[in-house]
Amino acid sequence: MSKELLDKKDIDRILARMAHEILEKNKGTKELCLVGIQSGGVHLAKRLAGKIKEIEGKEIPVGSLDIAFYRDDLNIREKQPAVRRTEVPCEITDMKVVLVDDVLFTGRSIRAAMDALMDMGRPSCIQLAVLIDRGHRELPIKADFAGKNIPTATDEDVEVSLEEDGLEDKVTIK
Amino acid sequence: MKLSSKDLLGIKELTKDEIILILDTASGFKDVLKRDIKKVPALRGKTAVNLFFEPSTRTRTSFELAEKRLSLDVLNLSVTTSSVVKGESLIDTALNVQALGADFMVIRHSSSGAPHLIAKHIDATVINGGDGINEHPTQALLDAFTIKERIGKLEGLKIAIVGDILHSRVAKSNIYLLAKFGAEVRLIGPPTLVPEELEGLGVRIFHDMDSGLDGVNAVMVLRIQMERQGKGFFPSTLEYSKNWGLTSERLSMADKDAIVMHPGPMNRGLEVASDVADGPKSVILEQVTNGLAVRMAVMYLLAGVRE
Repeated sequence: MSKELLDKKDIDRILARMAHEILEKNKGTKELCLVGIQSGGVHLAKRLAGKIKEIEGKEIPVGSLDIAFYRDDLNIREKQPAVRRTEVPCEITDMKVVLVDDVLFTGRSIRAAMDALMDMGRPSCIQLAVLIDRGHRELPIKADFAGKNIPTATDEDVEVSLEEDGLEDKVTIK
Repeated sequence: MKLSSKDLLGIKELTKDEIILILDTASGFKDVLKRDIKKVPALRGKTAVNLFFEPSTRTRTSFELAEKRLSLDVLNLSVTTSSVVKGESLIDTALNVQALGADFMVIRHSSSGAPHLIAKHIDATVINGGDGINEHPTQALLDAFTIKERIGKLEGLKIAIVGDILHSRVAKSNIYLLAKFGAEVRLIGPPTLVPEELEGLGVRIFHDMDSGLDGVNAVMVLRIQMERQGKGFFPSTLEYSKNWGLTSERLSMADKDAIVMHPGPMNRGLEVASDVADGPKSVILEQVTNGLAVRMAVMYLLAGVRE
């Protein structure tokens, strides 16, 4: 059984609100940079940057981050994560980096992503933006910008599908 | 997708898809090698032992650095300092190394099949770092990575391998790999070192350098193994160089965008002229850099098979 939680319109409204929140907290786009976690986070980071441009009229750098080499579960996962590209278009040292991911769950991906970022430079701060926070954290990690909080059971699956992957924009739970 | 075996013993044992997976993963690691911090924690807490029963500087150094950049703990054992000189058997040596807690063993041995034998007796991951005249899989993988990066593909290319094919594990691994991608492989050299029987590997054989090089996209020059001099394989190094040394005139027979490769260490002025080795078509030093990325990818992917 799968149930649709958000549709295209909902996702768009949420991203527009998150873009405003990011700008509010950072007082504009100065030294701001978005880094999406492969692969869903990258699409969302690009959409957020688009919204930010609509609001402020300024382009901000958007990067992508593959965290495969920083994971703590290489040996226990059944499937080895495919290695995708890491491309951060600016020096992140002294930048305000907003990490973007689709679903925040245990927090382990975010831990890996922060380690990966730290190896690339010394950002002045790292913030976290996620479309869905589904709870069940295993590490002391909290989102600065959460699109929607969705209470889940651990055995449920939250799936974010996006047009960039050739799918329909929606969030489902099953 | 995952690799299917816990060991990398040869190219022969890999599928085309597995090779593509290794090459794709290697480009991720090549990005890591361009950063200020060239190290990732992927294999932290695991141990690699480089077991070299035959002298090697470049392969061992490359493996060692690749291991360190994956955060592995590294131990180097070379035959001159090990108990092999005291008469310990190959399998006993491997079992002892495993008992120390090795997760990976990189093995270089002068006997073909030595890594295969060891792999049968131990649980640790075995990587063939060159066995006799059989295979040198990571070299072929780094060569393929280099060709793909420079030319964009492997399929349909014409690739010449020049020199002592008969005794070359590098050539064997490259032949197996390129055949899986449908590239045309041409072997060039004297009949003593490139005998007609090798045609059974699905390659074309040339004893004349100019006709062999005609239109090729890449030239892999092999080292003349000085230790084979005076054993009747070729009259003299001078004679060899005159007929099969890669000079810029000869290179002009190849495709205009052809690249020149050498697994090292090279004898300048013998199998390859200095101006070619240092020229714009040479990718010899890129091969060295790519070797690191490819070896990191191999170890990373093999670690994922181990469960």
